[in-house]
Amino acid sequence: MKQVFRRPQSLKDVPFHFCPGCNHGTIHRLVAETIDHFNLRERTIGVAGVGCSVFVYEYFDLDVAEAPHGRAPAVATGLKRVLRDRIIFTYQGDGDLASIGMSEIVHTANRGENITVIFVNNTVYGMTGGQMAPTTLLGQQTTTSPYGRDFLQDGYPIRMAEMLATLEGTSFSARVALNTSANLMKAKKAVRRAFEMQTNDMGFSFVEFLSSCPTNWGLNPIKANERVEKELIPYFPLGIFKERKGTDYL
Amino acid sequence: MEKRLFIKGNEALAVGAVKAGCRYYFGYPITPQNDIPEYLSRHLAKVEGCFIQAESEVASINMLLGASAAGARAMTSSSSPGISLMQEGISYLAGSELPAVIVNITRSGPGLGGISASQGDYFQATRGGGHGDYRTIVLAPHSVQEMHDLALLAFDLADKYRNPVVILGDAVLGQMQETMIDRAYHPMELPAKDWTLTGAAGRRPHLIKSLYLKEGEMERHNWKLFEKYQQMKKEEVRYETSQEEDVDLMVAAFGTAARVSKSAIRMARHEGLQVGLFRPITLFPFPEQALRQISQRVKRFLSIEMNTGQMVEDVKLSVAGDANVHFYGHPPGSPPIPEELLEAIKKVY
Repeated sequence: MKQVFRRPQSLKDVPFHFCPGCNHGTIHRLVAETIDHFNLRERTIGVAGVGCSVFVYEYFDLDVAEAPHGRAPAVATGLKRVLRDRIIFTYQGDGDLASIGMSEIVHTANRGENITVIFVNNTVYGMTGGQMAPTTLLGQQTTTSPYGRDFLQDGYPIRMAEMLATLEGTSFSARVALNTSANLMKAKKAVRRAFEMQTNDMGFSFVEFLSSCPTNWGLNPIKANERVEKELIPYFPLGIFKERKGTDYL
Repeated sequence: MEKRLFIKGNEALAVGAVKAGCRYYFGYPITPQNDIPEYLSRHLAKVEGCFIQAESEVASINMLLGASAAGARAMTSSSSPGISLMQEGISYLAGSELPAVIVNITRSGPGLGGISASQGDYFQATRGGGHGDYRTIVLAPHSVQEMHDLALLAFDLADKYRNPVVILGDAVLGQMQETMIDRAYHPMELPAKDWTLTGAAGRRPHLIKSLYLKEGEMERHNWKLFEKYQQMKKEEVRYETSQEEDVDLMVAAFGTAARVSKSAIRMARHEGLQVGLFRPITLFPFPEQALRQISQRVKRFLSIEMNTGQMVEDVKLSVAGDANVHFYGHPPGSPPIPEELLEAIKKVY
């Protein structure tokens, strides 16, 4: 019998610890499928951020370094400069990347560092218990914005994919979601494109995932999925914000 | 014959680093250590290395972490406030057991302080500096020659122990020019780096991490690190001490303070005072045993430091009540002069 579906080789055969309805497992799978697709498993190194994403080494069957909170792009820079023919990706949440690690992500993109960044935006700090993130939507209640995020006090949610697309060093910047099958297929394409940029030495590539966090949103998985459509996508539009062609470069 | 160079301390250190096989440098500008990145930005490119001017010291230390995880010899340098910013990364390097060389050409503090030489970072360097129960090997040069020689040693020790090594210089050592013998590098025999991240080709994945959540793991990891620090105490203690038998007062000093003390001690000896010098070269591991032995025959010590009293605590712990330990401090601004230290010596002699 022909096998038509199996676990990607780049994932270990262990169950995910993520909460029901969380999208981390799907995102792990999409990244692993991409690594398998391009046959990169034996030359890919992951860099884990801090938060729910830190456990990537439990799931990916790859060499992995753990970075301090927010510093994954700097760690990835060090790895890539030494191992220029290896594929380096970071996997970071929104507190990690868009708050404490803002400086590292912006400058790594600006240097055109030839790495791929997987950014998981679920509008809260997941592991620490649902505090306000830089991507928390206006009015959204969290454990540290109990009256709802107010721009007078906390400013506005940050749109990372658009911001990084403005930098010359960025080769690819996209925002994707996983709330429908159609969006999932687009997400898969975006991850492939991002890794392809790196294998072609095109510079910094970035994929932002809108991800649900039913636990910290206080919603069941179906309602959480609906929130992605109704609240997240209107503020964080999906799409490709930058895609460098070979002819734009060098 | 070995070449002699008339060279600045900072450049001597950079020459040593390249000679030791350091090919990756990450750093952020700060006075008084800029000669190091400037030299390396010119020279690493010529040896197929890589120099990155990072966006901050925080990024520098984490780039160093990445390069080290990939198996390369890599370094950063900075000065006091910048080293404060690196403490998080140094703690991760120690926890993840990664070799790294971190150079602190100190300036004065606290805060923005000033750009003059200081020994105010002794505690920060010798007590770990960042969070968690760890130590870094701390090497304290007192001449331009030693800036070079200890750079060679630092890379070997970092690899031997898979641990960060700090070279604790200061503004005077970094900026002064002296003659330096361009010595050949004879590396130690070191274990193979079989733990690096290179892509899991034909082997199980390697992990570089410092997170331990399972019951008992963290405790075991801390004891493992402790064993390493004990081995350093057994094998890596380095110091210089006077050979005279007739010492009544032993001056303890490191770095620039030791350099100036040497002049003061010569003057004191000229006046007939029986004064000696004990100069720790490794501040961690601190030469406790050597000092304890000396304290069996010498009953007076004077710790001379360019701060308000830091190393003196280690001197006191080492002699453990067998001798009187005095202190003379010259906090930063200008370095002390020999005449001033001679007075300090006479006061307690």
